[in-house]
Amino acid sequence: MNLDAKIPVGELSEKWTKYKSSIPLVSPANKRRIDVIVVGTGLAGAAAAASLGELGYNVHCFTFHDSPRRAHSIAAQGGINAAKNYQNDGDSVYRLFYDTIKGGDYRAREANVYRLAEVSASIIDQAVAQGVPFAREYGGLLENRSFGGVQVSRTFYARGQTGQQLLIGAYQALARQVSLGNVKLYNRHEMLDLVIIDGKARGIIARNLLTGKLERFGGHAVVLGTGGYGNVFYLSTNAMGSNVTAAWKSVKRGALMANPCFTQIHPTCIPVSGDYQSKLTLMSESLRNDGRVWVPKNISDAQAIQQGKKTGAQIPEADRDYFLERRYPAFGNLVPRDVASRAAKVECDKGHGVSPTGLAVFLDFGAAIERYGKSKANVLGIHNATPNQITELGEAVVSEKYGNLFEMYEKITGENPYKTPMKIYPAVHYTMGGLWVDYNLETNIPGLFATGECNFSDHGANRLGASALMQGLADGYFVLPYTIGVFLSQEIRTPKIDTQHQAFVEAEQNVTHTLNQLINVKGNQSVEALHKKLGKIMWEYCGMARNKEGLTKARTMIQDLKKEFWSDVYVPGTANEFNPELEKAMRVADFIELGELMVMDAANRNESCGGHFREEYQDEGGETLRDDENYKYVANWSWPNGQDEAKLYIEPLKYEFIKIAARNYK
Amino acid sequence: MSALHLNLKVWRQKNQQSKGEFQTYQVEANEHMSFLEMMDVLNQDLIEKKKEPVAFDHDCREGICGACSMVINGKPHGPLSGTTTCQLHMRHFKDGETIVVEPFRAKAFPIVRDLVVDRSSFDRIIQAGGFISVNTGQAIDGNAIPIDKDTASKSFDAAACIGCGACVAACPNGSAMLFTSAKISHLGLLPQGKMEHTRRVNNMVSQMDEEGFGFCSNIGACEAECPKGISLENIARMNRGYIKASLLD
Ligand SMILES: Cc1cc2nc3c(=O)[nH]c(=O)nc-3n(C[C@H](O)[C@H](O)[C@H](O)COP(=O)(O)OP(=O)(O)OC[C@H]3O[C@@H](n4cnc5c(N)ncnc54)[C@H](O)[C@@H]3O)c2cc1C
Ligand code: SF4
Ligand code: FES
Repeated sequence: MNLDAKIPVGELSEKWTKYKSSIPLVSPANKRRIDVIVVGTGLAGAAAAASLGELGYNVHCFTFHDSPRRAHSIAAQGGINAAKNYQNDGDSVYRLFYDTIKGGDYRAREANVYRLAEVSASIIDQAVAQGVPFAREYGGLLENRSFGGVQVSRTFYARGQTGQQLLIGAYQALARQVSLGNVKLYNRHEMLDLVIIDGKARGIIARNLLTGKLERFGGHAVVLGTGGYGNVFYLSTNAMGSNVTAAWKSVKRGALMANPCFTQIHPTCIPVSGDYQSKLTLMSESLRNDGRVWVPKNISDAQAIQQGKKTGAQIPEADRDYFLERRYPAFGNLVPRDVASRAAKVECDKGHGVSPTGLAVFLDFGAAIERYGKSKANVLGIHNATPNQITELGEAVVSEKYGNLFEMYEKITGENPYKTPMKIYPAVHYTMGGLWVDYNLETNIPGLFATGECNFSDHGANRLGASALMQGLADGYFVLPYTIGVFLSQEIRTPKIDTQHQAFVEAEQNVTHTLNQLINVKGNQSVEALHKKLGKIMWEYCGMARNKEGLTKARTMIQDLKKEFWSDVYVPGTANEFNPELEKAMRVADFIELGELMVMDAANRNESCGGHFREEYQDEGGETLRDDENYKYVANWSWPNGQDEAKLYIEPLKYEFIKIAARNYK
Repeated sequence: MSALHLNLKVWRQKNQQSKGEFQTYQVEANEHMSFLEMMDVLNQDLIEKKKEPVAFDHDCREGICGACSMVINGKPHGPLSGTTTCQLHMRHFKDGETIVVEPFRAKAFPIVRDLVVDRSSFDRIIQAGGFISVNTGQAIDGNAIPIDKDTASKSFDAAACIGCGACVAACPNGSAMLFTSAKISHLGLLPQGKMEHTRRVNNMVSQMDEEGFGFCSNIGACEAECPKGISLENIARMNRGYIKASLLD
C-alpha cells in the first residue's frame, strides 16, 4: 500500500497558505449536485457539516444522539488553545506548533500540526461571532489561562463549560443550515457500515434507532467525525455512548487504524469508588493552575488516611510531598498529562495513596485560597485581615474560577473541596490514535475523510490540554471544507449515487446478519458485564504501564473474551424496534476487536513515548525512553477480517524544521 | 457503606401507541451510586432474568449533555435542586423508600419507550432562529468588539441551558418558554446577536406554538425545576422582545 501523506512542499509556514490557494474549486452549480455525508455532530462533525452547507454542498448529517447538541464534545470543560498572543507573553503560531509536537513526544506530523496552530486564531474569532460567551476581563477583552505542558497563557474558556459553549455555537451554525435546507439532519441514526463502490466511499448503512430499520444513504464522499474510543476501557471520562463503531466498520472495509495504542490517561479524575461504577468524572486540568498535587511523605500517614483515621488537613506541611513540584521544578503542577499521571501512579504504587483503595492523590487548593484571599483583601483595602476573612475572600475567588467543578465534585463525592483537599486519580480520557489520514484528512479509502478525535492526526503520543477542541474545530471549520475539494472536484460528473447498487445491498445484508447474530446468541451475560471484562483487561495490561509479557497475555485473554461474547451474550428484544441493548452490543463487539489491535500495536512499539509507557523502556528516573532510530513512525494497521495477524504499514515521520530532542519538563 | 433497599415504581410503555403502566421492582443500591447507576443495577437484574430492561436516555452522566430525563417522585430530575438526574446520588434517599420514576411528559415530547421521550421539537425551535447568521470565515477579530464582563456573564447564564426539557415537564401547560427565552437572552444580550433579535424572537415563538407547546401563565415551576438555574427573567426579556416584534408586524 502506498501511504502518501500528501504534505505540500515548501517552507513550513507557507505550506498551508500556498496549498489552500491551489486546491481546485467546485463551482456553485456543481456543489448543489454533490451529496456529502457527515457522520457525527460533535465539534468536528457539526463544524464540518455547517461549513459544507454554507459552501453549497448537499449535506446529510447523522448522529446516534437524540439531538446534535448532545455529542460528547458538550462535556469538555477546561478550554481551547489559540495562538492569539493577546496576553503578550511571547506566544506565537510557532510556539503553539512546537509545544504540541513536543507535548506529543515527537510522534506527530510537522505540517499538520503547524497548520493546526495557524488556523487556531480564526477559531476564536468564529466562535465569538457565533455568540460563544468566552470569559472576559473587566475591560471587555477575552481572558486566558494556562494549561499543562506550556509556559504561556493561550487557553480561552467559558467557565468550566467550554465544550458546551463551543458545541452550541457549532450546533447553532448547523441548525441555521438545516433551516436553509442545505443540511438534512438525521437524529438517532447510527452508521453501521460503510459502502464502497469502485474503491471509493459512496455511502453508509444507518440504523434508525427509533424503528430499528436499516436505511441506505448515498453520497459522493463520506466524512466521519465520530469521536474517540476511550470506552474500550469501559471506565473512562467519555460519555456512555462514545464508541468506535463507525471508524471500526471503516477498518473492516479497508481503512487503516493509526497508532491505536496511543491513549491519554488524564491525571485529575475523581477516583473509582465501587464496582457498580459506570463512568469516571474528569476534574478539569485547569485546576492544576491553582491546585497543588501531593501525598503524605510517610507511609504511616497515608495508611491512616486510607483507613479513615486521619484527614489530609491534619498532615503538617513538612510531611507533605508535592511530588510534581519536586520532580519537575520548571513546570511543577503543570507538566503534561502523561507525566503527571505516571507520577501519581508511582506514588500510589509505593503506598502513599490517600483513598480507601490507596489509589488517589490530593489536589489541594489551600495555598491558592490563601494567596487569592490576601490579594483580594489588599484590593479591598482590608489591612490586618483575619485568617478567616482571608479564607472567605480566597474561597470566593476560587469559586468564581472553578465553582461548577467544585460543585460537581461535591455532588459526586459528598465532600466539600474548599475545606478538604480533592482526591484525584488518573483515568482514561482521550485517544490520540484513530483513522489514518493524509494532509487532506482523507483516509486511505478515497472519498472517506476523518475529522476530530476519530482521526490520528495532530497529537502524536500525547495530547496537550485544550487542544482537542482546537483540532476538532480546525478540522471542521477551516481544513476539511477546503481539502475535500481535492477529491470532489474530480467527482462533478458523478451522478447521484444509486443506493440500489449491489454494494449497498451487500452492506445492508452484512449489517442485518450481524444484528441477527447478536440477538440470536441468547446467552447468559449482559453486554455490560462483558464490556466490564474487556475494560479490566485493557486497563491492567494496556493502561498506564505496559510490558511485552502482559500484552502477550492480554491478547489471548481478549481472543477468549471474543469467543465468550459471541457465545454467551444476551441481547433482549428484536432488531426491528428501539433497542438500546442491541446498540450497545454492536459497539462492544467492535471494542473487543479494537482492543486486540491496540494490544498488538502496543506490543509492536518497543519504546516508551508520551502516553505509551513500556516498562522495559525507561531511564533511571522513570522517564520515558524513546527509540527514534526504530520507532519514529506512525504505525498503521490493516485488519479487515479481524482475525489472524493484522498488517502493519509504516509512515516514517520526518522532522525537517524542528530539532527532535528528549522531552524535558524538569 | 450502607445498603439501601428500594421499591421502584417505574413507568413502562412499549411505544408511543401502546398504553403504559407502572411496574414495581425491588432494588438494592448503596449511597455512593448515582441515580442512573441504581437504574443500571435494576437493568442488570432484569437482563439476568431475561426480561426487558427499562429504557432511559443518558450519555455524559455529568449534568451537561441534557440527555437524562426522569421525573422522580413527581419532580423532573428529582428532589435535589440544581441537579440533573445523572448527578443525583442515592445518599439523598432513605432505606426502604418507594421511588416513583416517570418520563418527562408533555404533548410536544411524545414517548418513545419507557422513560425515553422525543425532544426533537427543541431542535426545531433552534432551527427557527436560535443562531447568529455568520458563515465560517466571515468573522472579525475576537477582540474587535469588547463586551463588558457582566453582559458576557449574563449571556453565559442563559447559554448554560442544557436543552433537557425539565422546564416543559414541570409546567402544567407544557410550555417551552424558559428554554426558548434562554436562547433568546443568550444571543440577544451579545452585540453579535442583537441585529437579528426581533426576527429571532418572532420565528422561535411561532415555531414553539407550532410544536404544540403550551402557553405561559407565570407559574414559575420551570425555574424551580431547571437544573441549570435558568431564570424567569429570560421570559420577561423575551416577552419585551416579542411585543416589540408584534408591533412591527
Ligand atoms: C470530560 C472531558 C473533558 C474534556 N475537556 C476538554 C477540554 O477542556 N479541552 C479540549 O480541548 N478537549 C477536551 N476534551 C476532549 C474533547 O472534548 C474531545 O476530544 C472532542 O470534543 C471530540 O470531538 P469530536 O467532534 O471529534 O467527537 P464527539 O464530540 O465525540 O462527537 C461524536 C459524534 O459522532 C456521532 N457518532 C459516533 N458514532 C456514530 C455512528 N456510528 N453513527 C452516527 N453517529 C455517530 C455522535 O452521535 C456524536 O455526534 C475533553 C473530553 C472529555 C471526555
Ligand atoms: S431551561 Fe433549564 S430545564 Fe429547560 S431545557 Fe434548559 S436547562 Fe433544561
Ligand atoms: S446524562 Fe448528560 S446531563 Fe444527565
